[in-house]
Amino acid sequence: MPDFLMPSLGADMETGTVVQWLVKPGDRVKRGDVVAVVDTKKAAIEVEIFAEGEIDRILVPVGQKVPVGTVLATVRGKEEPAVAAAGRLPPPAPAEIAAVPEIPPAGPARPLQPPAERRRVSPLARRIADKLAVDLATVTGTGPQGAITQADVERAAAARAAPTPTLEAPPPTAVERQAAMREAIAALMARSKREIPHYYLGQHIDVSKAARWLEEENLKRPITERLLFSILLLKAVALATHDVPEMNGFWLDGRFQRGSGVHLGVAISLRQGGLIAPAIHDTDRKTLDELMANLRDLVKRTRAGVLRSSEMSDPTITVTNLGDQGVETVYGVIYPPQVALVGFGRQLHRPWAEDGMLGSRPVIHATLAGDHRASDGHRGGLFLVAIERLLQEPSTL
Amino acid sequence: MTAEETRRIVLRALGQIAPEADLSTIDPRQDLREQFDLDSMDFLNFALALNEALGLDVPERDYPKMATLDGCLKYLEDRAAAKAAS
Repeated sequence: MPDFLMPSLGADMETGTVVQWLVKPGDRVKRGDVVAVVDTKKAAIEVEIFAEGEIDRILVPVGQKVPVGTVLATVRGKEEPAVAAAGRLPPPAPAEIAAVPEIPPAGPARPLQPPAERRRVSPLARRIADKLAVDLATVTGTGPQGAITQADVERAAAARAAPTPTLEAPPPTAVERQAAMREAIAALMARSKREIPHYYLGQHIDVSKAARWLEEENLKRPITERLLFSILLLKAVALATHDVPEMNGFWLDGRFQRGSGVHLGVAISLRQGGLIAPAIHDTDRKTLDELMANLRDLVKRTRAGVLRSSEMSDPTITVTNLGDQGVETVYGVIYPPQVALVGFGRQLHRPWAEDGMLGSRPVIHATLAGDHRASDGHRGGLFLVAIERLLQEPSTL
Repeated sequence: MTAEETRRIVLRALGQIAPEADLSTIDPRQDLREQFDLDSMDFLNFALALNEALGLDVPERDYPKMATLDGCLKYLEDRAAAKAAS
């Protein structure tokens, strides 16, 4: 019987708490359905199920924190054939991860939620709902796409005649969540530097053609369809992995395993501090417009703290673009178990020599952090050169 | 639309992009991107919010004119005047 387990939603995750069940016993599920929302230290993740069949028993109630790998629910039905390693990563051995502080549980365990239509609730709103004992099913959401915000919850609480709060333990505050995120990043980055022999390569890339092409493209489009420069960078990196596939995948069980697709992790910084790098699936196969729509949606949900499990577990290579913040060069730290991270700095106007002539061009410094177990400098160099070449032909992106 | 209304709209748009920011202490002459740590996605969202509120398409080449709050207000005023004149 295929079971629904607490998934590993990142190399640094040890435990998770189910905050919402979206199915009940008897519901039919198919692969890809979101069946629960799990709170990790970094975000509330909508978890997709891989099995297909009927929910049999829910074993872990809302509010209980359990280790990765715990059976959350049993499913009656046929199991999908095993997919490539890209989809499912083994949880890291506890000895490798620094101890993280205990976070108080999200609240008293409540009886199973009836399967409401999937509604977005910001983590802050959820915590306040817990604190004020507001049933989220009764709250009208006024946020984007009907999302429930903190204000909505407070309004619902105020509208009640006699509120009945009683909590056994206070939910984590914003400060605690911040600290927990910092711990998670610290553990992951420390592991990366401890385990991965990084090598670094850099390439200054003339992006005048790409910038000019983009400017003309954007003039043809309404503001609602405007493309950001970073989309060109993401697409170029994704396509370059076709030339050098050993940049796209994982180091697992002592060897390189190719990613089953090219799912670019995009490093997104959170406004209150912190960093998450969720995946855009099949980056190499999407048009620039599709990537732009994906990126906008991803940034919005990342900052709201609501992501999907496949976005957390599937990145096959990550890009960090710090050009907006003004720094010239990024020396990145690879996210294990990936084997490469591409960094882009700011567009700077620089003197540039070409065909015996000197001019001023917009130039960005692209860097590659590579896992020396999986690749050597020669192949890493070819990868950066491929990115450069692709950016000279922006219409092919 | 009065200058006060325009200012309110601009501040509301900024508040959507940077919800944790204290807009009451905004420096009207300081670069907005620096003040509120806005990246290119944030700035585009800001332009989109203005587009939605004012029906105004801000082309990329005009972004530098909107670098500060004062710049934004002047730019939007000029655009509104140009629209009225045409």
